Amino acid sequence: MNRIGLLIIKDVKLALQGASDTGMTFVFLLLACTLFQFSIGPDQTLLIKVGGGVIWVVALLATILSLERLFITDFEDGTLEQYFLSPMSLVFFALAKAISHWLTTGLLVIISAPIIALLYSLPNEVFLPLFLSMVIGTPILSLIGTLGAALTLGAKRSGVLMPLIILPLYIPVLIFGTLVIYNVMYGHNYNSFLIVLIGLLLLSLALAPWATACALRQAIE
Amino acid sequence: MINYFSNPNRFLKLTEKLLPWLVGLTILFFLVGVYFGLLYSPADYQQGETVRIMYVHVPAAWLALSCYAFMAAMGALSLTYKHPLAGIAARSAAPIGAGFTVIVIITGSLWGKPIWGTWWVWDARLSSVLVLFFLYLGHIALSHAFENPLRGIRASAILALVGLVNIPIIKFSVDWWNTLHQPASLTRFDAPAIDPSMLIPLIIMALAFFLYFLTILLVRIKSELTSQKIRAINIKMIK
Repeated sequence: MNRIGLLIIKDVKLALQGASDTGMTFVFLLLACTLFQFSIGPDQTLLIKVGGGVIWVVALLATILSLERLFITDFEDGTLEQYFLSPMSLVFFALAKAISHWLTTGLLVIISAPIIALLYSLPNEVFLPLFLSMVIGTPILSLIGTLGAALTLGAKRSGVLMPLIILPLYIPVLIFGTLVIYNVMYGHNYNSFLIVLIGLLLLSLALAPWATACALRQAIE
Repeated sequence: MINYFSNPNRFLKLTEKLLPWLVGLTILFFLVGVYFGLLYSPADYQQGETVRIMYVHVPAAWLALSCYAFMAAMGALSLTYKHPLAGIAARSAAPIGAGFTVIVIITGSLWGKPIWGTWWVWDARLSSVLVLFFLYLGHIALSHAFENPLRGIRASAILALVGLVNIPIIKFSVDWWNTLHQPASLTRFDAPAIDPSMLIPLIIMALAFFLYFLTILLVRIKSELTSQKIRAINIKMIK
């Protein structure tokens, strides 16, 4: 367990020193939401209707952008093979990577979600459910995203390959995350969707690191 | 028997024997099915002649789902037993399944326009079939993305297994959500809700599609094994 903590601290420190594009993800979130506003038009009733969906889609895209470089540095300088040879299982390594990715990207998404909600003039009662759905949903995005990054590790011409693979797997999270927001806006109870999200989180927490470890093992061979 | 066919040459010998029969049977079943479906079977009392799209749309849907299940099963075999032909079978089946999914979506749109009044609606089944199409495309892209084909096969096997959860969602989507696409008439826990005069051509077309799948699968596996041999020869020549 201590080893996972050390891995996470190392990755977060690297991110804070600017080795990954942490702060730029935050700017990308705001920029993408601005793009949506420019394309849809400033009609406020329309923006309120699509606001929840826009926040979630932009969160997805920002997560995918920051996943590209998750394993590349370790893969290229041979650190990944050292982790493979160490007594620590690759499953814990994958879990540590997912947690550090969430700490560097997911937390930013959670922080920026209320700001974007303000930009889209979402009603006040949306803020708490939005925050909750993001808190539960962003770890799922990090976990599944780590799997996608491991699958495409070392691919030539990878480009848009990883988003192509991950986005169909992200769709259930997207559906239930936005259902929470829309049910709040129409005055219904949203607890059941939060519970489904928690279920998805537990499922991905149990399975994704294991599948990521399988994929990493093949990347090393 | 699975271990018997670990040797690709044995499998190729079997393919040589099977393939002429399969091609003949496929053509035969297609001819009979098309005749019965397009000409001999009755028109629907509500939909008229457009119901005949069903004889292409429904078998293609069945095959698209089964092909994905086959692909995932082969992927599991290649991951756990490292069976050499399993990975190649999965890689060969993916484009066929993607093709069937395209047929489902296009024939569905053509059927939907006169009956529902729209080319597309974002109901549960259509959306999950679209997701299935994206999963197929991801699988194809991933299996060809690496220089080492084995790595591509294993990575796409993992992807296929992760996406397997979509299949029950597609199957039961018409039961769970009461939206536009009609519920199941055949594969349910009751008697089929379709008249034999339409059921028989449907089954014949389904068998025709299945035989087509088998034929093209064997052809693709053959070509995949041949390209493996070519790659091996190239590597030898470089040495």
